Amino acid sequence: METTTVLLVGVGGQGTILAGDLLAKTATAAGLQVKISEIHGMSQRGGSVSTVVRFGDEVASMVADEGCVDVVVAFEAVEALRARPYLKPDGVMFANEEQIVPVSVHIGNAQMPADCTERLQEMGAHLLPAGRIAREAGSPKSTNVVLMGALSTALDFDAASWEQVIADRVPPQTVDANLAAFAEGRKAAGA
Amino acid sequence: MSTEATTVKGTRLLSGNEAIAEGAWLAGVAVGVGYPGTPSTETLENLVRHDEVRCEWAPNEKVALEVGIGASMGGVRSLVTMKHVGVNVAADPLMSACNTGVGGGLVILAADDPSIYSSQNEQDSRNYAAFARVPMLEPADSAEAAAFVQQAFDISEEFDTPVFVRETVRIAHTKTPVTLGGTRRQVEPKDYEDAPDKYVMMPANARVRRRATDAREDALVDFAETSELNRIEMRDPSVGVICSGAVYQHVREALPDASTLKLGLSWPLPPVKLREFSASVDTCYVIEEACDYFDMRVRSLGIELGEVAVPRDGELTPTLIRRAFSMPCPVAAEPETDLPPRPPALCPGCPHRLVYTELRRLKAVVTGDIGCYTLGAVPPMNAVHSTVDMGASLSMAHGMELADVEERCDRPVVGVIGDSTFAHSGITSLLGTVYNAGSGTLCILDNRTTAMTGLQGNPCNGVTLTESAEGLSPLDIPAGKPLDIAELVRALGVTDVVEVDSQDLAAVRAALTAATKEHADSLSVIVFRSPCRLVDRSRKPAPQISGCKACGICVQIGCPALGHDEEGHAVIDENQCIGCGQCAQVCPSGCIGEGV
Repeated sequence: METTTVLLVGVGGQGTILAGDLLAKTATAAGLQVKISEIHGMSQRGGSVSTVVRFGDEVASMVADEGCVDVVVAFEAVEALRARPYLKPDGVMFANEEQIVPVSVHIGNAQMPADCTERLQEMGAHLLPAGRIAREAGSPKSTNVVLMGALSTALDFDAASWEQVIADRVPPQTVDANLAAFAEGRKAAGA
Repeated sequence: MSTEATTVKGTRLLSGNEAIAEGAWLAGVAVGVGYPGTPSTETLENLVRHDEVRCEWAPNEKVALEVGIGASMGGVRSLVTMKHVGVNVAADPLMSACNTGVGGGLVILAADDPSIYSSQNEQDSRNYAAFARVPMLEPADSAEAAAFVQQAFDISEEFDTPVFVRETVRIAHTKTPVTLGGTRRQVEPKDYEDAPDKYVMMPANARVRRRATDAREDALVDFAETSELNRIEMRDPSVGVICSGAVYQHVREALPDASTLKLGLSWPLPPVKLREFSASVDTCYVIEEACDYFDMRVRSLGIELGEVAVPRDGELTPTLIRRAFSMPCPVAAEPETDLPPRPPALCPGCPHRLVYTELRRLKAVVTGDIGCYTLGAVPPMNAVHSTVDMGASLSMAHGMELADVEERCDRPVVGVIGDSTFAHSGITSLLGTVYNAGSGTLCILDNRTTAMTGLQGNPCNGVTLTESAEGLSPLDIPAGKPLDIAELVRALGVTDVVEVDSQDLAAVRAALTAATKEHADSLSVIVFRSPCRLVDRSRKPAPQISGCKACGICVQIGCPALGHDEEGHAVIDENQCIGCGQCAQVCPSGCIGEGV
């Protein structure tokens, strides 16, 4: 198959790396070649972060250029807007509609975009309250897994394959809660 | 801890760093030593999981390489890891070890950071390979990383030389499939015998060894000509591209039909193979990122290269390469221009925050250093005025003193350094100030960990790499094992040394005021102590706010958990707040109370 590029964006500490791992393992289980690239270090301290997952029969580059991403999964609404140039014209975006206010806004050096939700809707993003869904599923830390549930509706891997990877990867006592979060994410994305 | 003699079989997704650890283990490495630094850090953190390998963090890269040279001289295979700027620190032993050669194989991992994601510069370690005349292998994915590091040990022993393996961040931190399996090579330690003419680099011996290095270079060039590390892949002969590492992958993506000469050895280069390749294509190009290392060397062979305008700095991507070849590029939406920036920030509860709040209030000129506390340079603190290299804070503060900056600017000059960085290079800096009867104020921010690179042990917290792998927290380490920083500073000859709880604003203020005003004419060292909140993860309830006067003072400490509503009243994000109480201490009206 042609190479598919998924870009996960968020704020340091939101669990983009684990989410990227789940996707990468699911794609590997489907027999595809996978590359997953992330930037560690300074940006992890509450800054914008991103993880690129690329999979297909043969994957060369590990980066995501602007205009080249098939699916953007944004863990935070402002980061969703920031990632927009990376999407292909016909690309799909899933975005957590919840916002995290950066320090630059707290201290009065910048402002939150007032119409963030409207702009995301206008560009056709699928918005979901991922944090709330995770809490309601009994797993507040599983916002990332909720978003992977949403992402799963746009990719060809079957749900059982995702669930197997999740069950193998998360701590044993959290498997049920994470599977519930995954299912709710799928539901929220219309599966 | 793994004690099995074979690795997990099958295909796994491994980062370049994980793959290098696995490859080194398979190669029978006996010693792993390094200093943490993005993007190299995880290599030793993975290697230490193998019980057969003795793994250590060294205080700095110079020490790490010297330990590696010693282990090699002692007859065993050793791996030394560092980030690109760490090679500068290790350059002194490197420039002699390249002439002594090795006993057991000696491999140095240099991890470069094009685009400067987490470093102070964009230097290219390939230049060190050429400078030291040490072979350098450059993998283009994790499978190659695992294979190349094994070959690097063989090259090291065959040619009697240290060998570099170079990764860039996109190799170090990209997970790609690696098929492992097989058995760890049983490498018997070589018998140690005195060999002063090889290892004692006094002039008479060093002159002889220099000529041995010349001869070795000739042999290595012959090797480079025939080695499969350098691979010609003929496709469309109209365009040929010479490249290596991650750039090779971008070239394959951007120019899938182009012929390539993929250089797995970036030093020495193979002149015959380069000429053969360039002659077999209509136009030959060099594509590389952030440095013209290949370009100038290939041109110096008289090979004519096509001109392509790739950016001089930063990482390359497939689109940048397509653009350089005037090919159509993907259509992209314009970036949204009104989004608030989200640079990294000091965490909620970070023990550095109140120190910077006070340094800002004192309008201090702060010579800073390398670590999380470099973030004191960004708004709202804007309280760090230099970051150059590990240890520079303390010595630069002394230089500012020699330039009479305090008197000329009527501002105190304060050097600020972290615990791990103090152990790395700050001790000698402080010694220089003491020796030369310097004065001024030096702050050591001791948060009990090497935080920025991911909470590694260091001599100050006393947690070894093995103990970290076993899960020992710096908070649980037995008394006596951590370095007593204040006692060490006193032993260096500083009499005015105080230890202060960095979460206690009144104490922080008192100590900094005393040091910069009352004792301005003498040398004061303040050791600010409180654990990083990623080490001490205890939380208290978020404080209650009542009667907020919307003065805005609390938000100016830059806590990610503390914002304000439209009327300017403070609002706490309970998801992020850890109840540290810093905001309550800065509130002038007592409106921020205990959490319930």
